[in-house]
Amino acid sequence: MSNTAIELKNLNKWFDDFHALKNINLTVNKGEKVVICGPSGSGKSTVVRCINKLEKHQSGTILLDGKKLTNNPKSVTSVQGDIGMVFQQFNLFPHLTVMENLILGPMKTQRQSRQKAVEIALHYLERVRITDQAQKMPSQLSGGQQQRVAIARSLCMEPKVMLFDEPTSALDPEMISEVLDVMVELANDGMTMIVVTHEMGFARKVADKVLFMDQGQIVEQALTEDFFNSPKTQRCQTFLNQILKH
Amino acid sequence: MKKICLSLFALLGLCSCSSDIWGWYVINPTTPSGWINIKFLVSGMGNTILISVTAAVISISLGLIVALPGQSSKRAWRIVNRVYVELIRSIPLLPMLFWVFYGLPIIFKSMGLNIPIDPFWGAVITLAISDSAFTAEIYRSGIQSIARGQAEAAQTIGLSYAQSMRYIILPQAIRRILPPLANQFIYIVKMSAFASVIGMQELTRRANELVVTEYRPLELYSLLILEYLVLVLIISAGVRWLERRMGSDE
Ligand SMILES: Nc1ncnc2c1ncn2[C@@H]1O[C@H](COP(=O)(O)OP(=O)(O)OP(=O)(O)O)[C@@H](O)[C@H]1O
Ligand SMILES: [Mg+2]
Repeated sequence: MSNTAIELKNLNKWFDDFHALKNINLTVNKGEKVVICGPSGSGKSTVVRCINKLEKHQSGTILLDGKKLTNNPKSVTSVQGDIGMVFQQFNLFPHLTVMENLILGPMKTQRQSRQKAVEIALHYLERVRITDQAQKMPSQLSGGQQQRVAIARSLCMEPKVMLFDEPTSALDPEMISEVLDVMVELANDGMTMIVVTHEMGFARKVADKVLFMDQGQIVEQALTEDFFNSPKTQRCQTFLNQILKH
Repeated sequence: MKKICLSLFALLGLCSCSSDIWGWYVINPTTPSGWINIKFLVSGMGNTILISVTAAVISISLGLIVALPGQSSKRAWRIVNRVYVELIRSIPLLPMLFWVFYGLPIIFKSMGLNIPIDPFWGAVITLAISDSAFTAEIYRSGIQSIARGQAEAAQTIGLSYAQSMRYIILPQAIRRILPPLANQFIYIVKMSAFASVIGMQELTRRANELVVTEYRPLELYSLLILEYLVLVLIISAGVRWLERRMGSDE
């Protein structure tokens, strides 16, 4: 078994004639945490969305556990359960209770019994520290709680990799840390994670590797220490100065 | 029922007592012949309701079947949806009714099928198909009103397209879809009057037949309009009740 969880080779993505991703190369080992940062519109979300096939890529290869991902709808569905995804806007299902949000995937796509699914759901709700809210509707929870439920929902699928697309950007400042804490714990448990975020404190604490993207390209890719201490490119330095000042 | 008729009759009488163009005797519930006429007219109500409900049920199912390919990522499916909707929407009801009732059996026969189309099914099929183009559009806007993030979240927990529709999108869309669908039912009720021209014994047909024998079009068609009015008002009250219920548990 290889040690690589995800590998992108010369990945290219166009939106019509707009070249959104240009020759992206990235290797993420099992258990590795990668943080992606960069200015708005640089393609961070698009990379992540190509990996879990919410977007089609036009050329290059994406390997998950050594298996090539295609754009074919059947294989897309089967692969999506293996890749967890946490969105900026939570995207909980508002017509279902927290518990129903959590057990739907395991029951419908992994054919688990309700009892087993509930058991797993309670386990993950505990891990994100939301146990007493299982019967509530998502709208009755705070943003931070909703995002933690969304993380638990992904974890219930027991994914091989977790993707996060700016998971704290839509949160009120006082709720950011409760979500980041959960993510740090998840990282410490050995989950493979790709996180798009501007929370540089989080990046410093958990990331093995940090990527800086600009205009559809990976401009800089370095071990976390090196990235923050000696950024090689001017653009990356400017960006870091800007966001670290805030 | 007799009481309602009596009071309505009194009201109509009041409006028209000064004029001699009216001959309300044809539907005067106090006279035996007037009462028989009223019963004859109102007895079409059952068929009008039956046609409308059957057509509505078919249209609601057919509309969904037509709407779903419109959501597909494949261009070919979307084109199928557009062609159906645009084509059906632009055919006037009456010609379509003639085509289904007089034309379709010939096609069936040439295919070796012996499917007779009676006035009831002729009307139901026509109304359902014609209305399905509109219900399909109602589904479309309902489905599109659900944020894209919902379908994406469904995908990321491994749900297939059908599962995502069934468990995530449609349950949320339904509260936006139901009120306009119910409104559409009112159109079906009104359009069901066309069934009279192929011999279906419903409200309009009954009125027409009586007009031929009684020569009192003004009174009889006034009553006909009143019958539809009552029917539609009852349905609209139902729609409003539905809208309140849909909106309240937000
Ligand atoms: N569905 C789409 N159709 C057309 N263009 C798109 C689409 N999605 C993204 N783009 C474009 O692709 C580029 C990269 O978008 P992306 O969302 O990946 O940026 P991002 O780095 O995540 O930015 P942000 O920090 O604002 O989220 C942007 O220029 C955007 O306008
Ligand atoms: Mg983004």
